[in-house]
Amino acid sequence: MLALNYRGPSRLRVSQKPEPSIEHPNDAIVRVTRACICGSDLHLYHGLVPDTRVGMTFGHEFTGIVEEVGRTVSSLKPGDSVLVPFNVFCGTCFFCQRELYGNCHDTNPYATALGGAFGYSATAGNYDGGQAEYVRVPLADVGPTKLPPDMDLDDAVLLTDALPTGYQAAEMAGIKEGDTVVVFGAGPIGIFAAKSAWLMGAGRVIVVDGVDYRLEFVRRYAKVETVNFHEIDDITVHLKKLCDGLGPDACIDAVGAEADGSWFHRITGVFLKIQAGAPTALQWAINSVRKGGTISIVGVYGPTLNMVPIGNAMNKGLTLRMNQASVKRHLPKLIEHIQAGRIDPKQIITHRVPLEEAAEAYHIFSNKLDGCIKTILIPPSLQH
Amino acid sequence: MAIHSDVEGWGVDKNPADRPAVPKERTPPRAITPGLKRPTQQRPRNEVLVSNEHAGITRVFGTAVAPRGLSGIMRRAAFRYSEGDLRHWLILLAADRVDVVEGVIDDLRHGHVPNFFKEMGWKAELRHRPVRGVLKLAVTFGGLALAAFALTRQTRKRTYFQRLLKH
Repeated sequence: MLALNYRGPSRLRVSQKPEPSIEHPNDAIVRVTRACICGSDLHLYHGLVPDTRVGMTFGHEFTGIVEEVGRTVSSLKPGDSVLVPFNVFCGTCFFCQRELYGNCHDTNPYATALGGAFGYSATAGNYDGGQAEYVRVPLADVGPTKLPPDMDLDDAVLLTDALPTGYQAAEMAGIKEGDTVVVFGAGPIGIFAAKSAWLMGAGRVIVVDGVDYRLEFVRRYAKVETVNFHEIDDITVHLKKLCDGLGPDACIDAVGAEADGSWFHRITGVFLKIQAGAPTALQWAINSVRKGGTISIVGVYGPTLNMVPIGNAMNKGLTLRMNQASVKRHLPKLIEHIQAGRIDPKQIITHRVPLEEAAEAYHIFSNKLDGCIKTILIPPSLQH
Repeated sequence: MAIHSDVEGWGVDKNPADRPAVPKERTPPRAITPGLKRPTQQRPRNEVLVSNEHAGITRVFGTAVAPRGLSGIMRRAAFRYSEGDLRHWLILLAADRVDVVEGVIDDLRHGHVPNFFKEMGWKAELRHRPVRGVLKLAVTFGGLALAAFALTRQTRKRTYFQRLLKH
């Protein structure tokens, strides 16, 4: 089968690979129908995630059709169309029982801090991902969700990570009616976090980014105010001025390890890797939010350490909330929002690219070329 | 209070009880579907490295790429340290870089010369940012040429001095 094949930082190719097989009685083999490139795939692509092995296939956002099931699978059969949450989770461990599916303790032998995830290095369990024609989906009775009959595939694939993560980011921000919420990052997660903040009754939503075309998009799509940090001397002072001198009630970090905006953090975090990525957005969030406010973090950082002003967070009495999304927990609510027309996720898709051109697609996404916001890779069998 | 009538669905989830992950931890805890049992143990088909913070291998795991070569030796060494120990991660990051070199060697061994230009998606760079792309390529190849020239010059100089010393 054709599959993305990681060769090293900023290098990958699409080549032939053996088809996956059933390795556990509760596995399914899924033929991929859509696979997205996620912003967090760029951390792998740039070599920032430890134990990313040459030959791995990325892709934790995908939908597909069940081809084969293991002997204990009872909820799926060949031919079912499914969306597959990015978490690989057992549904029964201490954490899954509390519905913290992103923190499953029984699907990743390589690390305890991180649950299993598709196509996200050995550190996330050594699973191959969905940027391929076929993928092994473990625990088929737990993770995959059958598509509602009227669900558009492009909407469905965004339910596997981007939309639930954005929604959970807003949820963790503890938004109360009338709150002012600042979202750092106008990528797919930031866009959905901004949209979700309105659903939760925010009075004002401000999105901060450094890329004009993304700010234009989020302004139009989510009806929010925007700030380009390149046009501002000091973003913390600017945000405080915008919010009665006190600061916003909640800040969401939807950027993570590859933030722009500070040469110091770029050099130490991204190029020299002395820190686990550039924590610029997080630093801005902590320093901007009002005292007693809430910080919600869904931006992904590496597992080592980052320079963040934790002393300021303590002195300001902040609440810090963060996690990988528990995708399955959010699905019923988000499907309801899509069906009611409150969110139209597929509008953020700017690029539909044949799987074979994944190397170019990554380059475009990584360098923010051609107005790229979200890219979907289409496997050969579905290219018309 | 501001009501945003222009925003579709404004406030539909304003009651925390309507938000699916509130409270953070479900109480009382329960399996995702009634009667679901802990998964049976998957059998490893290649080498699996296990964090020493785990009690043992997890019931389910991925088998995408096994550790191999020098990078594999380094990865095994990394797993002697816990996730809380910086050495664990730094050794893994170093192993990743070694793995890249081993990957190129492996490609060559199989008669495949990696096309770096294609693998880095540079066609897209030239299509969307041709001037910057050409400049970047010129700087990269110019730098490589200069480095090669400096190296060969140094070697030539060394042989000249060695000859002088012999006489």
